Amino acid sequence: MITVYVPGDSAARSVGADTVAAHLVAGAAARGHDVRLVRNGSRGMLWLEPFVEVDVNGTRFGYGPVSSDDVDSLLDAGILEGAHHPLAHGNVDQIEWLARQQRVTFARVGVIDPLSLADYEAHGGLAGLRHALTMADDDVVAEVLASGLRGRGGAGFPAGIKWRTVLEAQSDQKYVCCNADEGDSGTFADRMLMEGDPFTLLEGMTIAGLAVGATQGYVYLRSEYPDAITRLNEAIDIARANGWLGNDVLGSGRVFDIEVREGAGSYVCGEETAMLESLEGRRGMVRPKPPVPALQGLFGKPTVINNVLTLASVPMVLADGAAAYQALGTGRSRGTQVFQLAGNIARGGIVETAFGVSLSELVNDFGAGTRSGRSVRAVQVGGPLGAYLRADSLDVAMDYEALADVGAMLGHGGIVVFDDTVDMAQQARFAMEFCAVESCGKCTPCRIGSRRGVEVIDRVIAGVDREANLMLLDDLCTLMTDGSLCAMGGLTPLPVRSALRQWPEDFGGNP
Amino acid sequence: MSAFAPWSIEQAEVVVNKCASRTGPVLLTLQALQCEFGYVHPDAVPLVARTLNVSRAEVHGVLTYYHDLRTSPAPAHAVRICVAEACQSVGSGAVVQRAEGELGVSMGERSVDAIDLESVYCLGDCALGPAALVDGQLLGRLSPPQIAAVIASLRSESA
Repeated sequence: MITVYVPGDSAARSVGADTVAAHLVAGAAARGHDVRLVRNGSRGMLWLEPFVEVDVNGTRFGYGPVSSDDVDSLLDAGILEGAHHPLAHGNVDQIEWLARQQRVTFARVGVIDPLSLADYEAHGGLAGLRHALTMADDDVVAEVLASGLRGRGGAGFPAGIKWRTVLEAQSDQKYVCCNADEGDSGTFADRMLMEGDPFTLLEGMTIAGLAVGATQGYVYLRSEYPDAITRLNEAIDIARANGWLGNDVLGSGRVFDIEVREGAGSYVCGEETAMLESLEGRRGMVRPKPPVPALQGLFGKPTVINNVLTLASVPMVLADGAAAYQALGTGRSRGTQVFQLAGNIARGGIVETAFGVSLSELVNDFGAGTRSGRSVRAVQVGGPLGAYLRADSLDVAMDYEALADVGAMLGHGGIVVFDDTVDMAQQARFAMEFCAVESCGKCTPCRIGSRRGVEVIDRVIAGVDREANLMLLDDLCTLMTDGSLCAMGGLTPLPVRSALRQWPEDFGGNP
Repeated sequence: MSAFAPWSIEQAEVVVNKCASRTGPVLLTLQALQCEFGYVHPDAVPLVARTLNVSRAEVHGVLTYYHDLRTSPAPAHAVRICVAEACQSVGSGAVVQRAEGELGVSMGERSVDAIDLESVYCLGDCALGPAALVDGQLLGRLSPPQIAAVIASLRSESA
């Protein structure tokens, strides 16, 4: 019996992985081979998808990108014995692109069968939860604090401090909410983790819940990710059936359960208080802070809210200890970051590595420049609310502080590359337009400011009263930054101003 | 997509009653109704309000806030093209233009043969764009000719 892996990840499926899998199984059977098909997660080398792997005596050989038309020639070449073929990439563990990374949060993604508990445990799964169950709740929180783990959703707030606040709050009911409303363009790590290694997220949430005294967890998952919703629900059923979710977590007598709640197509629901409103079934409108959700969160109860990647990093912190995690990274940015290379990039995908890698290394080395083959003109870091950087200023180190120093932000780690055909005035306009479409409407600077922003940028582009309108735009940006309730209106000026400052020629000015 | 049940207030009551005991039930109840009937019929608003003991204004507010929820019957097919930055950088604009030409409508409209053309901000396929969600199936690395072929196959399916 030969094991063949064809990713069931939705990105791989979007380029034909299902057909490839079906052809492979049928073709192998027709040639008299007995194969076991595993729909793994993606290794994150997305330009090679569909990426087929064959396990030959414990070594996995990779082939890609495979189209269904390639399947016969691959089988005839003898890929079931790991044979060579023009699409072959050899031993997957030795592919330089992967070998240069430090996979911690993504250690199992693409490697295991996402819904096999046996696979999960064989690759270190549940070690973190088992260890946490032997510790006092205080010590679990202290361990997360000591690891230096910061929120991966964008704000970068230390997870341990949030957990401590919830632990110390007195309440009859507490909650853990996982923010899986990954709406930033250029980000897909949450999705890939939930599809490729869902148990890791459940384990992290369970550790969080038990540590702070919560009995119920919710995953707020965007409706644009139908595969992730299905996979996570299947994983929850398996975890319940195997006794590590529910009324007696791993025989400890302690209670913790998790439910998936589906979003309904609202970007701003990725903002934590809007997410709480949506989880409570209401319009996803932002709440003013304070009170912070750690004290008055879901249904007014103390609530831990963390991003998927934050919670999915927790099992490793508990399994290997805070020191091992803390040893990675730089300055106040500890551990690893899951960077996502997206947009017009030759080798897009997941690069997980310690903080401190340079943007240039990610875009030019890992990413190998643009997919179109033209020169890079702009790179947007941190999603639609993140700044644009010029191709000649990519030497910045990728950590929270270094990016803040150059007026940019890490956000959720998404990196979108544009070639020299991009019109930066249109990108600035789009930032305002997106804000206008997605604003929850609660505060005026965001609701009205974004609409006025589109109009003012249109006038600048058209050359109408240019100087006066540029001054007005600058004033509007200041108002939105200072006066908005949340990051939606507050950070929209970031891409707008970065485009204006660095590409004035696109707005009809002098370069 | 004709898998939806025709609207019936009796069947709606069954759906709503099933959701009534859940925490924070309004949004998920409306989602369940849309899942059953393909849309949320305006007559469902007072039913949901009464059953969940909230005001009709509250239900209306939720129903009209979320992009996903609709109050008129579902299309035969839905083509949702990603128009966010990562897909823009690899030419989603041209894909949108071609789709608009093929269907004879603008983004946000329904064609005469009941195909909805919608924009969506990010499908999480940002390294393999341009991306689209067609009747719930994610498609990547789309080109203008490919979107035309996809639309043609939707039409032959309906015919």
